Amino acid sequence: MKKYTYTEKKDTRSGFGAGLSELGKSNPNVVALCADLTGSLKMDAFAKDHPERFFQVGIAEANMIGIAAGLTIGGKIPFTGTFANFSTGRVYDQIRQSVAYSGKNVKICASHAGLTLGEDGATHQILEDLGLMKMLPGMVVINPCDYNQTKAATIAIANYEGPVYLRFGRPSVPNFTPADQKFEIGKAVILNEGVDVSIFATGHLVWKAIEAGEQLAAMGINAEIINIHTIKPLDNSAVITSAKKTRCVVTAEEHQMNGGLGDSIAQLLARELPTPIEMVAVHDSFGESGTPDQLMVKYGLDAVNIVEAVKKVITRKG
Amino acid sequence: MASIAELEKIVPQVRRDIVRMIHAVNSGHPGASLGCTEYFVSLYFEVLKHNAAKFSMNGNGEDLFFLSNGHLSSVFYSVLARSGYFPIKEITTFRKLNSRLQGHPTTHEGLPGVRIASGSLGQGLSVGIGAALAKKLNNDNQLVYTLHGDGELQEGQVWEAAMYASAKKVDNLIATVDMNGQQIDGSTDQVLPMGSLKAKFEAFGWDVLDLEKGNDITSVLSVLKTAKEHTGKGKPVMILMKTEMGHGVDFMMGSHKWHGVSPNDEQLAQALKQNVETLGDY
Repeated sequence: MKKYTYTEKKDTRSGFGAGLSELGKSNPNVVALCADLTGSLKMDAFAKDHPERFFQVGIAEANMIGIAAGLTIGGKIPFTGTFANFSTGRVYDQIRQSVAYSGKNVKICASHAGLTLGEDGATHQILEDLGLMKMLPGMVVINPCDYNQTKAATIAIANYEGPVYLRFGRPSVPNFTPADQKFEIGKAVILNEGVDVSIFATGHLVWKAIEAGEQLAAMGINAEIINIHTIKPLDNSAVITSAKKTRCVVTAEEHQMNGGLGDSIAQLLARELPTPIEMVAVHDSFGESGTPDQLMVKYGLDAVNIVEAVKKVITRKG
Repeated sequence: MASIAELEKIVPQVRRDIVRMIHAVNSGHPGASLGCTEYFVSLYFEVLKHNAAKFSMNGNGEDLFFLSNGHLSSVFYSVLARSGYFPIKEITTFRKLNSRLQGHPTTHEGLPGVRIASGSLGQGLSVGIGAALAKKLNNDNQLVYTLHGDGELQEGQVWEAAMYASAKKVDNLIATVDMNGQQIDGSTDQVLPMGSLKAKFEAFGWDVLDLEKGNDITSVLSVLKTAKEHTGKGKPVMILMKTEMGHGVDFMMGSHKWHGVSPNDEQLAQALKQNVETLGDY
């Protein structure tokens, strides 16, 4: 098992803030909109440095999405910022009609996704956003794993023409992606080459997958670990190549099993290469209040759950 | 500059287009489209600075129009075609398979003249604000126009947008509400009375203009001219335009029943008799 280390833990939302701040300096067409969560989204630096290109819309997310769509018509590249729940479910029809169907170059940037929002509870912990967004024709869906990758993804999506959903979170998590690693939309990152099982993880679960990989190595199981930062378009060839080699698959994500990464991978494998698969995800349930760590344990999204899923799926190999 | 007489000549032709295209596929929304014909003709043949022959999505240096109540697609398509955005013949594809003229307008099939999809109500004012903000960033002095239904104002997003536009001084925007007083289930007063829209928009900080005769070209042109003079003064401008649903076709006039119903053969003949062919049918 390849060794991964980190010098500090950082929140992915700060990676977004840093990426946006850099874009502000490098790309005059980048504009940003926020629905009264500038501090939470780490958009303060952009707002301070480029007040003419920052639009505070107040607590009015539907209006924010519509304004963003309109700004693209004048050639701007709008980045909207609010919590993941208010970025997706609350404004689904606005995104569907004014952004996705209209083909507008809007970047929907969503923080506080999943259970790790913590104490605020289920009203704010959306676990359905990846599914909602990947269902929309033409929508690119990205869920990076750490600070450096979120920063790189933020910068990369400005150069992509079309609607993008960028999902990140609140807690501080190990920052291990090299700062100079180029972010390629739709290109999976192989973190460890292995032969016994393929673990496909996204977002905060990528580090959990690395932890699980170390535990599995101690048991003599050599896991291939792949970071799927782009849920859509899915890196089909990376998934199939790995599954062909290991002949069993575990997926891991901070999201409902319905509609998430596991669902996309299962669909692909069912069509192309039927393979035993286990999914580490939330099982048709809302979250609740608690610390992020407590919630990840209670809802079965910890390293140990990945280890258990691996042990189970290996027994199912033909 | 088109003369009043020239514009008045276009109006019955557009009304013929509307009823013919809806009749041809036995589907569409004639009522409000007929009611807003004078507005569309004034806008596209006189008021807007626009380049129909060379459509660009960005519309830099041009006035922009956004149709928020997308079910008025028939009148929109008629004026777009007749002002040169696409061949008039293409109107025959309205609402048919593989057409750029979808039931509700969209950018998805690449129809020139359309810059946003609409149909699901309440979204166009926000989009218009965004386009107006982009014009300001681009130092583009042209204006943004939007059209909304009065029933559409029951959507909450409209009021989010209304609050934003005045608070942030989006004063290069002229919104118009088609006050025909009708919606699908009945009159707006029966379905959900909205009280004084003038008082509401003024309370929201808009510069509100009344247009009593929305089916009279001279009056429409006059209020659009006034509205333009009111831009650039720190407030968004609202025109409350009273129209008659189904105007120009006597048996459709004033009733919500023709919101989304096609005329039959006999009714079409009657409607065409009341609107003479002036520019040649498509």
